[in-house]
Amino acid sequence: MQTIAKRPESLTDLQFTYCPGCLHGVAHRLIAEAVDELGLKNQMTGVAPVGCSVFAYKFFDFDMAQAAHGRAPAVATGMKRARPDMNVFTYQGDGDLAAIGTAEIVHAANRGEHISVFFVNNAIYGMTGGQMAPTTLKNMKTTTSPYGRDVDDIGSPIRVCELLNTLDAPYYIERVSLLSPADIIKAKKAVLKALTYNKEGRGFTFIEFVSTCPTNWGVDPVKALVWAKENMIPVFPINNFRDKGNEGVAQ
Amino acid sequence: MGEKILMKGNEAVAEAAIRAGCRLYFAYPITPQSELIEYMAKMMPKVKGTFLQAESEVAAANMVYGAAGCGKRVMTSSSSPGVSLKMEAISYIAGANLPAVIVNVQRGGPGLGDIQPAQGDYFQATKGGGHGDYHCIVLAPSSVQEFADMASDAFDLADKYRNPVMILADGLLGQMMEPVEFKPYKTEEEMVELSKQHFDWCIHQNEDGPGHHHNEINSLEIDPNVLEKHVLELDKKYKTIEANEIKYEEYNINEDNEVVCVAFGTAARIVKSAIDDLNAQGKNIGLIRPITVWPYPYDAISKALNKKVKCINVFELNLGQMVEDVRLAVNGKVPVHFMGKVGGLVFTPEEVAADIMKNL
Repeated sequence: MQTIAKRPESLTDLQFTYCPGCLHGVAHRLIAEAVDELGLKNQMTGVAPVGCSVFAYKFFDFDMAQAAHGRAPAVATGMKRARPDMNVFTYQGDGDLAAIGTAEIVHAANRGEHISVFFVNNAIYGMTGGQMAPTTLKNMKTTTSPYGRDVDDIGSPIRVCELLNTLDAPYYIERVSLLSPADIIKAKKAVLKALTYNKEGRGFTFIEFVSTCPTNWGVDPVKALVWAKENMIPVFPINNFRDKGNEGVAQ
Repeated sequence: MGEKILMKGNEAVAEAAIRAGCRLYFAYPITPQSELIEYMAKMMPKVKGTFLQAESEVAAANMVYGAAGCGKRVMTSSSSPGVSLKMEAISYIAGANLPAVIVNVQRGGPGLGDIQPAQGDYFQATKGGGHGDYHCIVLAPSSVQEFADMASDAFDLADKYRNPVMILADGLLGQMMEPVEFKPYKTEEEMVELSKQHFDWCIHQNEDGPGHHHNEINSLEIDPNVLEKHVLELDKKYKTIEANEIKYEEYNINEDNEVVCVAFGTAARIVKSAIDDLNAQGKNIGLIRPITVWPYPYDAISKALNKKVKCINVFELNLGQMVEDVRLAVNGKVPVHFMGKVGGLVFTPEEVAADIMKNL
């Protein structure tokens, strides 16, 4: 019998704790598949954030750390500096990475830490129940922006890839989405590239996934995909911002 | 006897940490501990260690969490306002049972305070500081030699109990130069053994060969029943530490003491001078100097209460923090007097002697 689909070796057999229609499971799977394909399982370690994906340390089947809110890039820095021979990634949401953890992500990127960062942007705080995130769209209603995000009062959504792309050190920065099977295939390629660069010790790699939150957006999963495509992509355009591996830059 | 070197406390503790096998140091500059971070910046590359000046105290302490999670000897240091920022990570380090060393070269507070020596962080260091039920082991040096010796003690205790250990010094000890004798450097073999002791729980992918493991560095337990168990396990550890690791110095403690003083760190040195002066005049004054301020030497204080002791005098460079622990130890048996000095000022031996005589 031919196996055409199976659970990646790099995922434990625990059932995901995510809501129906949530795309964290897809993002986890893409990372786990890439780790398997690159043969990195026994030298890979990751850092889980605070947020919906806090339990990522249970889902990935290798040594894992759980970090304080926003501090994953600092924790990963400590791990990578302690064990330069290990491959290290962080997995973070938009509240974790783009609000409370802004200093940690900017400086880890600016130092060019040899880690990969997987950033899931769904424009809302999921775990705490749908509050406004730094990436919440203009006029978007959340439980803490009940009249819509007033950008004159609280600022516009932060574009993290664009922000990090102003720095010298990062090796690879790409924004992908998880909004359709075709997008997921493209996202997989980006994840694979980030982890390949990680394996080769090239430098700091950063992948942003434009994602959804059907539960806290208050729409069904299919409508969430459509809504994200129509509303999030114009603000967070899909783009390969930087790939030093493609520029023939000295390795 | 090894060679004695004249050094500032800040430099001595850094050198001693490197000799104790610390090869990872993450910190942020702050006065009056800057010589410590500068010494590490200079020396770590020479021993193929990691020196990293972090973007903040918050990040530095979280880098410590990551490196400690890999079972390596790792340290950070700061002074009072910076240590407040580290408290988040210290709580996580304690919650995740990680070994790490934190040095606090205390200065005057609250807020930005000043840059002179103080002991105002006693409560923060010994009673928590961060959130939740946890303890750091807290060592309080009173000389540059002791400050240096505590670096290796701190790493040994941290490894033994998988617990954060804080060295609670102050600006005077950090800045003062005294002769120090150092222990030898740990060998490469000794350092490998130190890491291996943590392999059953730490992140060590590939370090012991290509096998598979799934260790978790974590302080989250979402099920209240499981968290309760976890916190009670931590408490069991703290009780073992309390039973085994209390250290204090007795200075002229005898059965005829009229007064027993209690002071720690820099304050204790000044109190010793005052006691010497008074005893030369025919008084019989003793001192108990807690060396571990957590766990605290309650029994040593209560045992010192012979029938002739009229009172206990406590001296601190704060407005009365450790005195609360002394009162617990004394339990109302004799009066407990307190004299403090704040603002980064230091009392003189004469002021201390006068205070002892006033209460005698």
